[in-house]
Amino acid sequence: MVVYEKSKALTDAPLHYCPGCTHGIVHKLVAEVLEELGVRGRAIGVASVGCSVFTYNYFNCDMVQAAHGRAPAVATGLKRSDSNNIVFTYQGDGDLAAIGTAETVHSAARRENITVIFVNNAIYGMTGGQMAPTTLPGQVTQTSPYGRDVEKVGYPVKVCEMLSQVDGAYYLERVAVNNVKNIKKAKAAIKKAFQNQIDGKGFSLVEVLSTCPTNWGKTPEDALVWLEENMLPYYPLGVYKDADEKED
Amino acid sequence: MSEKVLMKGNEALAEAAIMAGCRHYFGYPITPQTEVAAYMAKRMPKIDGGVFLQAESEIAAINMVIGVAATGKRVMTSSSSPGISLKSEGISYLAGCDLPALIVNVQRGGPGLGGIQPSQSDYFQATRGGGHGDYHMIVLAPSSVSEMVKLTIHGFDLADKYRMTSMILADGTMGQMMEPVSFDDVKINSYDKSWALTGTKCERKPNIVNSLSLNSEQLEEQNFARFEKYRLIEETEAMYEEYRMDDAEYCVVAFGVAARVSQNAIDMAREKGIKVGMIRPITVWPFPKKVLNEAADKVKAFISVELNMGQMIEDIELATRCKKPVYLCNRVGGMIPSPEMIFEKISEITGGQN
Repeated sequence: MVVYEKSKALTDAPLHYCPGCTHGIVHKLVAEVLEELGVRGRAIGVASVGCSVFTYNYFNCDMVQAAHGRAPAVATGLKRSDSNNIVFTYQGDGDLAAIGTAETVHSAARRENITVIFVNNAIYGMTGGQMAPTTLPGQVTQTSPYGRDVEKVGYPVKVCEMLSQVDGAYYLERVAVNNVKNIKKAKAAIKKAFQNQIDGKGFSLVEVLSTCPTNWGKTPEDALVWLEENMLPYYPLGVYKDADEKED
Repeated sequence: MSEKVLMKGNEALAEAAIMAGCRHYFGYPITPQTEVAAYMAKRMPKIDGGVFLQAESEIAAINMVIGVAATGKRVMTSSSSPGISLKSEGISYLAGCDLPALIVNVQRGGPGLGGIQPSQSDYFQATRGGGHGDYHMIVLAPSSVSEMVKLTIHGFDLADKYRMTSMILADGTMGQMMEPVSFDDVKINSYDKSWALTGTKCERKPNIVNSLSLNSEQLEEQNFARFEKYRLIEETEAMYEEYRMDDAEYCVVAFGVAARVSQNAIDMAREKGIKVGMIRPITVWPFPKKVLNEAADKVKAFISVELNMGQMIEDIELATRCKKPVYLCNRVGGMIPSPEMIFEKISEITGGQN
């Protein structure tokens, strides 16, 4: 009797991520949701630029590789080409909230009926640990070696909060994958974000607070603790917009 | 033969795209091509499956083009010089992914914000690729509203045939002028699209549209294969037109609006007994090297008439191996040479009446 098996929406390609990287968990959640909702055959994913650049090898569906930050614009083309496509982007914090800010904001403003998976680990992982728009005040990175100095470079960007002011956004939720309870909630949010697209409801984004043990200079376990102690207070979990619950 | 209508170049181009089966247009306002977007905004929503979007930037627009192109459908964007610079990244990605698409550049004066009057200053950008990496676009240079139509239709066909980007390299004059034009029925060829992203339906292996390859051997092979394709295109798809070249002793080379004005100047020179003709490239990539190289054996000199600081002149020199002198006759910044100015240059070079 099969108790657990790898999702059919993941390929057999071995993942390249660091030990303790939470991309593995998030990939699994997205894949399981695609299967459970029965949309793997209609899915087209947009890989972005960051540690997750190889998602075009990992998800078992049609995939396109977008330039840094441009995934929501590519997704717009994919969705407008055929609204039957279930289109999702998988982006990191540099991709979505630095170079891709305009594409992120405007795809929401345009009410694009797509699903955006936003992996926020407060750092640029792939290029070796530079400061991200979501790097916390005082956080040490390769390009903020003395700690992020808000006097000089300003404050972190809070994506869910920011997008909640965009009328075109339908559903925005921030989740985390630092413990089992949060992982379950994260999956539910991702499922809702895809169900919204199936139902034609509009732009859905799930911000997933994640760890980067390698570039944070921590063990995987300590990284999970750091996320809980430092990221959760700054980026509170919760629903930032849900047009399903309109006030009368 | 359908009736002739008086139309502005930009709008005729847009209508031609629709005739060619394009159902997706993404654009952004910029002078002197905004009419393309405005025309599409009106027409596309009225067509079954038609999509028009004004994107938040030229960068977003080219990436939307990539999205549709990846699904195997005909798609286009249009802009003018500064906006084409913004699209350069996307154009490189289109090439690296071997995606078909049509891009229109209605050139204006540059560099920088430049001016809004016509130029041909993006010749290098267009013919050398524009973005980073080794690649080419098929570049078509219309010199009439009728060619804005014909070359757009041809451009879509070539893009699909070769899985690459076609660019319509127009200048502001071509975009803004009004001429009678007719739209004949277009035969839309179908090409293999088994590579396109259409959803696996859980029946086939995933298709991947991608330009990344960390394996250098693989990346090199992809480049070699692409350039083998380009070599074939150079051999078979170059287009040009000759004007009064039969007995010509001097050859003007010009495209777009420069060719239109040069024609008048050549007629003036012929009145004075100067035996000058013109070879007009219609594709500037692939450049009509063969006909120019052959002409170099017959004529005494070439005169490149361009609205830039001397760009196509290099391709003429290369194609003719500098067998004969090549002179430049140019205006920039939005200025257009007059027939008199070109005629004076021809006289100067040829020594006047023969």
